[in-house]
Order: sequence, then C-alpha cells, then structure tokens
Amino acid sequence: MTDVITNILVCGTGGQGVMTAAEILSQAAMARGLDCKKSEVAGMAQRGGVVTSHVRFGKRVWSPVITPGTADILVAFEVAEGSRWADMLRPGGVAMVNTIRLVPPVVSAGLFKYPDDPVAQMRAAGVTVYDFDAGAIARELGDLRLINTIMLGAIADYLPFPAEELEEQIVGRFRERKPAMVEVNQKAFSAGRDAAGNAKTKTSAA
Amino acid sequence: MSAAVQAKPQSRLLLSGNDAIARGVWEAGAKVAAAYPGTPSTEILESLSLYPDLYAEWSVNEKVAMEVAIGGSMSGARSFCAMKHVGLNVASDAFMTVTVAGVIGGLVIAVADDVGMSSSQNEQDSRFWGRFAHVPVLEPADSQEAYEMAKYAFELSEAYNTPVILRLTTRVCHVKAVVQVGERVKHDIGGFKSDARRWVMTPANAKGLLPAQIAREGKLQKLAEASPMNFLDDGSDKRVGFVTSGPAYMHLRESFPDAPVLKLGFTYPVPVALVEKLAAQVEHLVVVEETEPLMEQELKAAGLLKIHGKDLLPRLGELTPNVLIPAIKTFLGEPLPPTTTYPKFEPFPRPPTMCAACPHMGVYYSLARMRKNVQISGDIGCYTLGAGHPWNALDTTISMGASMGIALGMDKARSEETKDKSVVAVIGDSTFLHMGMQGMLDIVYNRGNVTVLILDNRTTGMTGGQNHAGTGKGLKGDETPRVDFVKLVEALGVKPERIKKIDPYVLPVVFKTIKQETAIPEVSVIITDRPCVLSEFYTKIEPYKVVDDDCTGCGNCINVGCPAITVKRSETKVRPDGKVNELKFTTIDTAMCTGCHMCVESCGPNAIVLAKRAAAAE
Repeated sequence: MTDVITNILVCGTGGQGVMTAAEILSQAAMARGLDCKKSEVAGMAQRGGVVTSHVRFGKRVWSPVITPGTADILVAFEVAEGSRWADMLRPGGVAMVNTIRLVPPVVSAGLFKYPDDPVAQMRAAGVTVYDFDAGAIARELGDLRLINTIMLGAIADYLPFPAEELEEQIVGRFRERKPAMVEVNQKAFSAGRDAAGNAKTKTSAA
Repeated sequence: MSAAVQAKPQSRLLLSGNDAIARGVWEAGAKVAAAYPGTPSTEILESLSLYPDLYAEWSVNEKVAMEVAIGGSMSGARSFCAMKHVGLNVASDAFMTVTVAGVIGGLVIAVADDVGMSSSQNEQDSRFWGRFAHVPVLEPADSQEAYEMAKYAFELSEAYNTPVILRLTTRVCHVKAVVQVGERVKHDIGGFKSDARRWVMTPANAKGLLPAQIAREGKLQKLAEASPMNFLDDGSDKRVGFVTSGPAYMHLRESFPDAPVLKLGFTYPVPVALVEKLAAQVEHLVVVEETEPLMEQELKAAGLLKIHGKDLLPRLGELTPNVLIPAIKTFLGEPLPPTTTYPKFEPFPRPPTMCAACPHMGVYYSLARMRKNVQISGDIGCYTLGAGHPWNALDTTISMGASMGIALGMDKARSEETKDKSVVAVIGDSTFLHMGMQGMLDIVYNRGNVTVLILDNRTTGMTGGQNHAGTGKGLKGDETPRVDFVKLVEALGVKPERIKKIDPYVLPVVFKTIKQETAIPEVSVIITDRPCVLSEFYTKIEPYKVVDDDCTGCGNCINVGCPAITVKRSETKVRPDGKVNELKFTTIDTAMCTGCHMCVESCGPNAIVLAKRAAAAE
C-alpha cells in the first residue's frame, strides 16, 4: 500500500446508523494494519439532525477531518443529505446514495422545500452518483436495520482492500452475539454490492 | 467501550479520546473519579465506570465533582474529575483555591472545550485557567496522546504538588484513533492526615502557601522546556515554521508536510526557549492555536515580537486544513489551490428536534398558546429546543440554572408594557439539581412572582441519558436515594398549595395549570412527571393514526411538534369571507408513535384514533 489516504464521508440523519457504518469501515481498515481516524458529530445533532462521520485511513493519517473536495467516497443514508455533502467529493469521487427521503418537520410545515430530485441535481453538477432504494432491499430481506449492511456492501468494491474484508467485519460482529443474523447480513451485503453494480450500469447507459 | 476495559497491555484499539482518557486514568491507579455530564466530555466517566477498583460517580454539578476529587486527593488517592469547558466555570471556586493548597494523591482535571460549537452555549478557551490558577496544562492532539497524557498527569501532579489540567477539544474527545494501551500501576491510598496549615485556607495559612505556588510555576517552566511532550518535527521548507498544540497539530501536518513544526503537548507554562530555537531557523514563525492567542501573546511578551498568529488565522472555530492552507498561502503570496470541484447544495436545514412523544412538547405546545402573555426564561437541556419550530416558546438561555435568577430579574424589572405579563422559568430535573435550586430559593426568599416549570423526565437528556440525584440510580445503574421534587421545593419555601405535579401528556391539564398558576401573583412550581422516551423508565403504549376522512386539515396536531406527525397534503382554501386558509392534512408514522396521545388532545374533529381501532374499522 502506498501512503495514499482513503477518505470516506458517511452522512445521514440521527438514528440511521451512520456512526455504526463508519465504525465498521474503520475497524476493517484497522484490521488491515492501517492507521485510521474517525470523526464523529455528536451532541445536538443526535436529535433528528444532520449526522456525519469522517473516516480516513492509510499508512499515516494526520487530520481527523476530510478537507472539502477530497472525499473519495460519499455514503449517503438519505438522498438530500447526499446533496448536502456532495461538495466534499474529489473530482471523480463516487456518491453512493440511498434514495429514501426523510422529510423533517420544518419542511413538512411548509417553511422549507425538499428538493424534487437531489440525485438529478448532483448529476447535473457532474457528480458521479450511484443511487438505489436500500430500504426496499432491506424490506425484502425482512429487516429495515439491514440498510446499514446494504450501504456498506454498496461501497465494498470501491475500497483499497477486498470486499470480503469489510464483509468479515460486519459478519464478525454478529457471529458471537447474534449468530442467527449472520446469513441475512451476508445476503444484505451481497445485495448492496449488486445494487451498486446495477446502479453503475444504469448510470453509464444513461 | 468495553473493549478498552478488557484490553490486555500492548493491545491496539480504535478508541475515542474520551475512552482513551478513561483507560489512562485507570492505568494511573486512580481511585476516585467524578463528573457532571457535558458534551463533549460525557463519555469519559461513562467509560471509567466500567473499570474495576475505582470509585466513579455522577456528581450533582461540576463544582461538587471537583470537590469530590479534591477530597480524594487530600486523602492520598489519585483523583480525577471531568467536565466540559463551561463546567470549569462552575467548578472554578474550588479550583482556584486547591491550586494554592496543592495535592497529596495526583489530581487531574480534564476539561473539554467545544471548539467549533457542536453542542454548547459558548466557545471558550480553558487554557486560560492554567494561567489564572498557576497550574500546568497538557494538551493532547489525538487519542494516543490523550491516553498517555492522562496517565502522566498524575505523576506530574504529585511531583510538583499541583492540580493538572488536561485540556481537550471536541476533535480529541470525539475522534476515534488507534491507541496502544498499557498496564495499570498500583497506587495505594495513603489515607487522610490532618494538617490544618495545609488544608484550612484561612488567610494566614493561604498567604503562607502563595510563594510556593509562584515558585512552582517557575519550576514547571523549566520542566516544559525539557518535556518529551514538546518536540520538533523538522521540515525542509524553512519559509514558515509553526508552533502548535492540540488537534491543530494534525491539521498542520496534513496541510504543510514539509514545514518545521514545534508541537507542544505541555503547553503551560509555555516553553519559550524551544520556540526561540525554532524562530532562529525559519523565516517566519506562526503560532497555530485553538482558539485564543494565548501562547502567541506570551511569546510576544517574552520578546518574540515578530511572530504571527491571529493576525493570519481566525480567532474562532477549528483550524482545519481548509482554514490553514488559504491563510498561510496568502501570507506567502502563493496562489491558492483549487478548493472544491462540485457546488455546495444547501437544501433545507435539518435542525435537531424533540423526539416523538417527548414529554417536553406538551409544555411548549401550551406555552405557545399563551405566548403573547408570557416571558419565558429557559435553561440548558433538550428543552432548549422549545425555542425552535413550531413552539418558539423560549426567550432566554444563558447558563446552567440561570432560568431561575433571570426570571426573578425579569420580574423585578417590569416596564409599563410588560407589567401584566407572566414570567415563567423552564428548567429540567437534572439542571434544577445542578444549579437551579439556589435560584429557586432566591425567588422564594425575595418574593418573586415567577411560575417555575420543572420538567422532570428522569434523566439528563441532551447528553444522552445519564442518571442524576433525581432518577434514583447512580452512574453504574445502582439504586440510590431519589430526590422528591415536591418536598424539595416545599422545603425551599414554596407554599404547598402552589406546587402542582402534573402529567405533561394531558394537554388540557397542562394548559389550565400554567394559566392558573401564572395568574396568581406569587411563586408557584409546576412539576411535569413523565420519563424521557429514550430512558429505561419509558414504556410505549399503542400507536395512533389519522383517519383521513375525518381530518379537516386544521394543522393543530402539527403544532404539538411531534416528528412522527407529518403533512401529507396541503390545500389552499378561500373562505366565503375572502380569508385564505392553508389546510394541512397530516399523517402519523405509526412506527415512531408511542401512543402518548398529546396530538389526540390537540385534534378538534377527533380524527386521530388508535391505529388498531382504525384498522378494525376499515
């Protein structure tokens, strides 16, 4: 491995599992023997607000925060949050976006407008976006909490290490505590990889 | 968190700064630890409570936490307390004198500054306290240093007979990084030994100790000059050399990998000679510190008149690469690197909200109904969110417990215009016990006309749900005596007939009680009694649903502010008299709904019914 640093920004809203996803990514990097830093936003942001976590890994990581315009991957658990952080991507970086629309009270009350199509907005600006409905996949697999694993599966082929190493981090968490969840998480991980692949094909064809 | 507790010596773990500090404190052999929760420091004590052979507590406030640690230290135990920056303001009375008296067991105070303001009412630089109290300040830059410095701080404290400040920032506390841990050292408690000249701070005794305090500072200065925590990362680009501390070091190394950087970990007293040495090697010297120009001014006072600092860099917020790079490049007259490629989309804001079924909503829904006739003095906690949409029912928030005194001051300073308004103070259970009781007593004592609302949700909510003296449980979840708020305020002098304990879910009662008590020109206390929905004491009931055919679109339920209720369709209707009505037809997310039924009480046409009843009817 060179001394190139991988920058991954995970974003979403409070309670979506952003922190857990970032934690698993970090653990996977650490298991590789890489240096790793993970910044969290806590405090008031937990109450339904905007949540982000910066994950950086490589031979030696200095700053714990990703400089705007240098993120390799943006993992968005919510579509408008994806657009909120799109400027963090480096040229050619990839935004992996769950298309769920979580409308906050200030929008629902009519004080602000939710953008009609945040993905189209990002694409129009030249951002590479791979989007899919992770919620629908999770429902099909029978558990909405699988969104986390699906999103991690979706970025697994964009990491500087084999997808299986990330999968092992997820599965390893369940193996001891909830062995019954191992298989469904493996399925969710593969489904995420497939969904990202399909989204890429669809985007390239368009 | 438990991974750090069980970790064998030499193992490498991904730890937050807070967890790393806890490990360091435990390894140092500390026996007493105390804190009051406060972002970003809260997790230090939560983490410490999991370690064996150490007493850890939630104290009622930071001053008491400090005093518990002082008592431990006087008794020969290595002792620790943690707090957020504003907590040290509260604890400073005890702090400013123990610094004269000194320590027996090492005494370490971790204070976490919220640089960047993620969850605080101000951004203050706690390094000032080192100067003010003549004590050393250690500043870690990441988790590994936080762990090492926490451990070292106890030795330093004992060797120099001084409390030690471990100064943290949000980017240390809440960043996870790789830490290699070590072994616990044994440190026995010597036991308290009477020594009045040492511990009884009468003027005569304290005066005798002051010279030692000043002499100590001189010795610490020499120690800082030689400390391995202060080191030079040499660099080939000698145009600018940097002096820095804390996480700014990480941002600097990221931004200017070839520049010489003097990294200070032992930052007060400032090791001037080390800086002078670097100054001689570089064209320009820039001090990079978060947030105030403390080292900069002291270095200038020491004769380094040409150094730069806050003339180039902002005095607020974090000094991240996107701040540092343009500032320094501009100074050097170099072209700025391109920043971002893609535009910044700024969709709607997503402000923090109260949780579905939060018992605070009933109170703010009611206060919003009588908004024109009340001045509302607020406090620090989840209920500060009452200032936001849709309630807009909070006029002030200054500091912990301030709702009380401020309400009294408002009551005593009425104008022609405000003379008929009611003054209401809103405070949570944990905050009331932290610093509200004294203000309450002052209202009673000085015959204030204030209606005090104590929102008892049986937890310290905003920091993530910690126990306190009013929950009946301690830091480790153990059973403890529970404060009885009714008896407490009665003992403070509030008339028994002016104390009302109500269920905040029953909106008509909430409204009526506030209305009634604010109309009576004397102090009254309304205690709302419902646990936080995130606490172990909360039990869900059954979810509700909006019956579409019955919903008239009045939007009353939206004003409760519950995030489980959203507008699914809007309609503009022109009434026969020409008035335009915005109708909002709503829906309830049954997965979020806990069945608190506050919205049911707000609904005129009874369109909100139990979800299972609606299903049966369909």
